[in-house]
Amino acid sequence: MNQQDFIRRMPEASSHLRRQDGIWQKLHIDVPLLILLLALTAFGLFVLYSASGGDGHYVRRQGVFFILAYIAMFSLAQVPLAMMQRWAPWLYGWGLILLVLVLVMGTGAKGAQRWLELGGFRFQPSEALKLAVPLLIASYFSQRMLPPAFKHVFWALVLITLPTLLIVKQPDLGTSLLVATSGLLVLFFAGLRWRYIVSAVALVIGSAWPMWHWGLHGYQKQRIMTLFNPEADPYGAGWNIKQSKAAIGSGGWDGKGWLQGTQSQLDFLPESHTDFIIAVLSEEMGLMGVLALMGLYLLIIARGLIIALKAQHSFGRLLAAGITLTFFVYIFVNVGMVSGMLPVVGVPLPLVSHGGTALITLMAGFGILMAISTEPKKVGL
Amino acid sequence: MSENHRIQDHHYEARIFMHRVLVAAVVVLGLLGMLAARYYNLTITHHDLYVTESEKNRVHVQSIAPTRGLIYDRKGRLLADNRPSYTLSLIIERVENIDEILVQLRQLVKISDVDVERFSRARRKGRRPYEAVPLRYRLNEDEIARLAVNEYRLEGVEVEAQLIRFYPYGELFAHAVGYVGSINQRELDAMTEDDMHDYASTRSIGKVGLESHYERKLLGEVGYQNVETNARGRVLRVLERKDPIPGKTLQLHLDTDLQEAAHSALSGRRGSVVAIEIATGGVLVLASTPSFNPNLFVTGISHKDYNALNTSLDKPMYNRAIQGQYPPASTVKPMLALAALHYGVNDEKRSIRDPGFFQLKGHKRKYRDWKKRGHGNHVDMKQAISESCDTYFYDLAHRMGIDRIHDFGLHFGLGARTDIDIPNENGGNWPSKAWKKGRHGLPWFPGDSLNVSIGQGYTQATPLQLAEMTATIAARGVRKKPMLVRTIDGEVQSPVEVERFNVLPRHWDIIFDAMREVVHGRRGTGQRIRRGAKYEMAGKTGTAQVVGIKQDEEYDASKLNARHLDHALFIGFAPYDNPKIAVAVVVENGEHGSSTAAPMARKVFDAYLLDEKGKLLSDAAQGDLFAPQLAENEL
Repeated sequence: MNQQDFIRRMPEASSHLRRQDGIWQKLHIDVPLLILLLALTAFGLFVLYSASGGDGHYVRRQGVFFILAYIAMFSLAQVPLAMMQRWAPWLYGWGLILLVLVLVMGTGAKGAQRWLELGGFRFQPSEALKLAVPLLIASYFSQRMLPPAFKHVFWALVLITLPTLLIVKQPDLGTSLLVATSGLLVLFFAGLRWRYIVSAVALVIGSAWPMWHWGLHGYQKQRIMTLFNPEADPYGAGWNIKQSKAAIGSGGWDGKGWLQGTQSQLDFLPESHTDFIIAVLSEEMGLMGVLALMGLYLLIIARGLIIALKAQHSFGRLLAAGITLTFFVYIFVNVGMVSGMLPVVGVPLPLVSHGGTALITLMAGFGILMAISTEPKKVGL
Repeated sequence: MSENHRIQDHHYEARIFMHRVLVAAVVVLGLLGMLAARYYNLTITHHDLYVTESEKNRVHVQSIAPTRGLIYDRKGRLLADNRPSYTLSLIIERVENIDEILVQLRQLVKISDVDVERFSRARRKGRRPYEAVPLRYRLNEDEIARLAVNEYRLEGVEVEAQLIRFYPYGELFAHAVGYVGSINQRELDAMTEDDMHDYASTRSIGKVGLESHYERKLLGEVGYQNVETNARGRVLRVLERKDPIPGKTLQLHLDTDLQEAAHSALSGRRGSVVAIEIATGGVLVLASTPSFNPNLFVTGISHKDYNALNTSLDKPMYNRAIQGQYPPASTVKPMLALAALHYGVNDEKRSIRDPGFFQLKGHKRKYRDWKKRGHGNHVDMKQAISESCDTYFYDLAHRMGIDRIHDFGLHFGLGARTDIDIPNENGGNWPSKAWKKGRHGLPWFPGDSLNVSIGQGYTQATPLQLAEMTATIAARGVRKKPMLVRTIDGEVQSPVEVERFNVLPRHWDIIFDAMREVVHGRRGTGQRIRRGAKYEMAGKTGTAQVVGIKQDEEYDASKLNARHLDHALFIGFAPYDNPKIAVAVVVENGEHGSSTAAPMARKVFDAYLLDEKGKLLSDAAQGDLFAPQLAENEL
């Protein structure tokens, strides 16, 4: 009733509302975002085909994952925000339990336990936390005065730290950093005071030394050392970086041509279809290809931030901005690490690298963005 | 809505949020800019550097071993061949656990303990990094197939086709042709940078014999190819190739038929036969027995085999033809008689009375003739040579003096290496006053000259030197350098004339006649070999003492250890009227030159001068030599 009154009182707004309230609105689909995602998907599969040595197998598999991921996206887009907000603590709670189970009875490889096996189906609970944490933190702050009081910041940090530590324990440094980042970004958008941010940065720098000594695994230290001096061990730990830099650099402006990259096609580039796929892109399509991809990413991020700005409630706002920036962090860490700017921490290039779980999580995140973007307008205070 | 919501200031919150999004957008743009700058730096600024690096990854230079030159005998029979062989090798650097892989391999192919032992030795020896170490040679088809099937789980294991040296005649030419073997540490250390380049993918090197002397000619020139490899080192395609140039083909003067004749004549004995083609100095026969199988060395000889060869009393690896130094005994007599004629010490008519011994004036010691009762009251030069009268030569030498004996002998190549084209030759000894002073610090005694006159005492010569001396006599003073190689890649190696020594033709005739008498005379010491001969020969027998016999003591074979029996010698040439071939035979502990050594020379003469039906070959037929084919790259 209220709404009707509102419309009647503001006639110029009603036409705007009607335009929005079309078929896409009903389907809870944000058209610009969908177009950008489809473009990125196509581009990703194209690069993946070459990165996997022209082997259709990986592309078909990835295609199946994409279909599942799009289904996940559409499904999540249908969920009302209020319901998400209500379910956030439960999702988070379940996630924590599963993480504990992973530590107790998980399976994995190379000394890390990352997966749970249920009836032949294997999944990585830490992935779910990438969404559960921002959901919970956004939900937590949407019910509180912003900018957040110190007490609330503290509890939020506790909620972020718990799963992060459990994932570090697996150990999975990359995922734990991303999970923590996804929560911290929500905290940032909630208006975390700059003085807290500055002191936190100071604290991190101050604790770096003790962390280095007994906080990190040998392989983690190795990775960081390798970053700073990859030439020291060109056939061991530095091999990946050396080869990926050679791949990227030798591509030049326009690349060696699709399927023509010698570094990637002759297997000099390790993990070319997963974490190091952007090196394949750079080698075969040159800086041009990289810039095109980054442009696409930038548009998606821009769209995500617009959705955040347009969201009506702080829950939607915080969540949309948090998810969008987490997506950016993925990109930055991956693109940075492959080019030797950042330590190799095992973060895939979003929507391009081969791999099912990360893909589904990411697309589920975009589903949430769509849900926020297409939420029926409510008048109100 | 909850209470919380009501007290929230939505406008304030929205403003903060807007501000934060702006900050985020700026950070995102900034960081993306950093990434773009980083990629610009890699792809544009340092493009060349990374292009080089990726090319270095991809393109590798591989050297291709040239095919080793072939060796033929004078009639085109292959003496050293290259045969394709599949070799199982390990690249040690790429194998994780050697013992484990050996266990695995043993399930697939037959690997003997000898193989493993040889492999372990090769592993310890110096080698280039990533050079494959051979484990099993001569894989058969089944074994190759089994290895191919299991290739994926055998990291660092390689099966490669190689050409391996093969000597079809085995021990027959072992001492002349020699053999190749793996390059060892010492040889590797001695290599210069250029050598390393030339041997970039050649695994073996000539160790002895012709294989060693002509190493550089036989080796050929290394080839190269640029190949594209993947990260695991597998060659995907050849980008560029420079073919290796095969080694040069050698054709020898050696004649397999003659060599076989010599070997079978020597069979079971320790000794040597050397035959020289008089016209060229070409070595027709270079036999030394016992011999060994050179093929054992090509792929690395086992300890057991090597010890057997090395510790054998018969010394099969000792090349008697060029290394064995024997007292030439009576074989020097024709040369000394010639010297006497030349210097006018004796003429052919002068005769002596031979009581069976010779005494220096004022000395009691009797220098005995081999014939106890002597050769009679009128022994002239012809009889002295044909019956090998020692007393005549004691007298001759005593009057001629060591200086003239020494000088004259040098013209026949005594006391100096012949410089034949295989290594490790010994030069024998042709003594002089200066030599004795230098070596023993003693003056020359008249008795020393008497010993020299019968080729004993300080005199020593190799069978090759004796053959060269004989050839020089047969050529009437023209001395040619003995050579094994006749052509290199079809190019005839011109004979090298060392010296042309002038002696009056009449003097030559006398010596020729006397040497003919040795074989064809009624009482000649070598007369038993003339039976059934279709040509005439000239020769001289010799019997060399191995142990000293005391004054007045008689040589009694039955009392002596078999290895202290006299050596049997014979030198000779044929045909008498047109000498073509000169032969020297030494049979260790063969006792009598006349009965043991001379018949061996006859067999070689026959093999050279007669055809299969026993008919005398025409000159033309003898000159009809094979033009060898040149080696090609076979792999």
